[in-house]
Amino acid sequence: MSTTTGKAAQPAKVTAGPGASRSPAAGPGNHEGRRGRKKTSMGVQNAAGWLFSTPFLVIFTVFMAFPILATLLMSFTDFGLRNVTRPLDANFIGFENYVNLFGDERFLKSLFNTAYFVVIGVPLTIALGLVVAVLLNNGIDKARTFFRVGFYAPVVTTIVAVAVVWRFVLDPSDGLIAGVLSEVGLTSPDFLGSETLAMPSMIAMAVWRNVGTVMVLFIAGLQAIPTEVREAARLDGAGAWQEFRGITVPLLRPTLLYATVITTIGYLNVFEEPFVMTQGGPSDSTLTVSLNMYREGFNFFHMGYASAMAYVLFVVIMGITVLQLRLLKDNTK
Amino acid sequence: MSASNAPGAVRRALPKKSEGEQRGPRSPKRLLVYFLLSLGLLVMSAPFLWMAVSAFKTTGELSASPPVWIPTEWTLENFRKLLDKLNLPLYFMNSVIVALLVTVSNLVFCSMLGYALAKLYFVGRNKIFGLVLGALMVPGNLMLLPLFVLMSKLQLIDSYAGLVLPFAAGAFGVFLMRQFMQSIPDELLEAARMDGAGEWYIFWRIVMPLVKPALATLSIFTFLGSWNNFVWPLIATNDPDKYTLPVALATFATDPNKAGGSNGMLMAGAFLVVLPVLVLFIALQRHFTQGIATAGMK
Repeated sequence: MSTTTGKAAQPAKVTAGPGASRSPAAGPGNHEGRRGRKKTSMGVQNAAGWLFSTPFLVIFTVFMAFPILATLLMSFTDFGLRNVTRPLDANFIGFENYVNLFGDERFLKSLFNTAYFVVIGVPLTIALGLVVAVLLNNGIDKARTFFRVGFYAPVVTTIVAVAVVWRFVLDPSDGLIAGVLSEVGLTSPDFLGSETLAMPSMIAMAVWRNVGTVMVLFIAGLQAIPTEVREAARLDGAGAWQEFRGITVPLLRPTLLYATVITTIGYLNVFEEPFVMTQGGPSDSTLTVSLNMYREGFNFFHMGYASAMAYVLFVVIMGITVLQLRLLKDNTK
Repeated sequence: MSASNAPGAVRRALPKKSEGEQRGPRSPKRLLVYFLLSLGLLVMSAPFLWMAVSAFKTTGELSASPPVWIPTEWTLENFRKLLDKLNLPLYFMNSVIVALLVTVSNLVFCSMLGYALAKLYFVGRNKIFGLVLGALMVPGNLMLLPLFVLMSKLQLIDSYAGLVLPFAAGAFGVFLMRQFMQSIPDELLEAARMDGAGEWYIFWRIVMPLVKPALATLSIFTFLGSWNNFVWPLIATNDPDKYTLPVALATFATDPNKAGGSNGMLMAGAFLVVLPVLVLFIALQRHFTQGIATAGMK
């Protein structure tokens, strides 16, 4: 099992691994390079390494790796309610589920709705998060914690409860927004009851809820920009806007990339908001892919069909993530 | 406060002088920044304030149009009615038990693998780390259907085990613990090994006490993640007695026969679900923002 070459090569690789150098925990205090080696500890470390890995690996295999594979297999079958008790009785039907999906108007609509949510929601969330982070990083010292806590609070709250609250906030007769509008003499539209307004309302809520995450990421990114660079720019006579465009934004690229990718992945999976606020309505205008999958799978027990949906969504997520990584990386230079 | 612990704190302390000269504390620019941030904060907190106020309104004031901003008489009626209809203490206990079990198992299992990945040089280590990174990227939706079938087969639907096991060891926790444990000097562990300490002893008695801040961050994130989790508990429970808080609230809120029309009860429910989380967050906010920043610096 244990070979001297393997052992010598491994530590170096791991040190270079993602995050190792940038984490506050690693960094300069890392003694990886000069470990005294004792031959006797090799076998022990091998055995210990695997023993320490076992609990995670067991849980990972049974509750993650196996289900991921099973979803793929199920997507090629007519897996239904009766198969919950007898999974092996499901019939193999090849690509039929996938073919059917693309003739299924409801599915196409849910795909469109999800895309709508992402295309409008992600840029709004990123832009607002960046604005708040820059404001917080500019000239606010004493109240910084206070504001940061305030903007981050919606992130940690239970989304189901928050969606219930938003349903009432958006209520056209006695909601918060209706109240504000009536103060200035306007009548509130029926936000969640309207096919055109239901999705934008949900986007507004998602932006409200996720701005905090993006803000915290950008604050960390801003603080990593060496002040010398800013000083130099200022000495050269750069104004605030020039400094922002010329220095802040380019140096924030890695954070921007990371924030965009995780926000996009989160929004592509959107489920709780339409589940609690509209149940996908009116007329499926807020039916997202995840909600559609849940319904097909657990309300109608078309589990094979729902599995195919899950994999289509997964492929879309992977594709978009790879695309974003490539696009935003290429722009760096 | 918390900023003093952030990695950038030292660097940020430097420019203060020059920034102070350029933008004095009362300069119009700074006032504008404060104004914009306050406006933003008002928008951010409005739904919470609306919820808190509405929970104490009478039925008449709740449906008043235009709305009553501040109730004339504060009432506990909504809470009383809600607790009559919905056994919140039970769901609260279910949520607490599940979240505690998930947190403890993550602390132990993720730390174990984190330690192995950071400090033990064993064959296959890099493959396991690759697996962890891969697991970070897979969306949870991909597992739901077979997981439900598996749990039905194991007769774990409507059980705490069924709610806990799929989340008993998360990849995020492993990643976080590995990052922190890498900073522990190998000399320290080697010295313990020379003295004849076993790996378990080293892990449990030397490494774990050294990574307490990371353990705190991981506990908070795991506990809240479990507390706020919705999709899996929705699927894994049929018996209302086993509902967690969010599932109970969602079921109540989406059933027109139950609370469909009563915004008062719903606001009281949301208030009771959100309040503990908000209090916990404000008390421990330092660990949150640090944890996000650490995990974010992938």
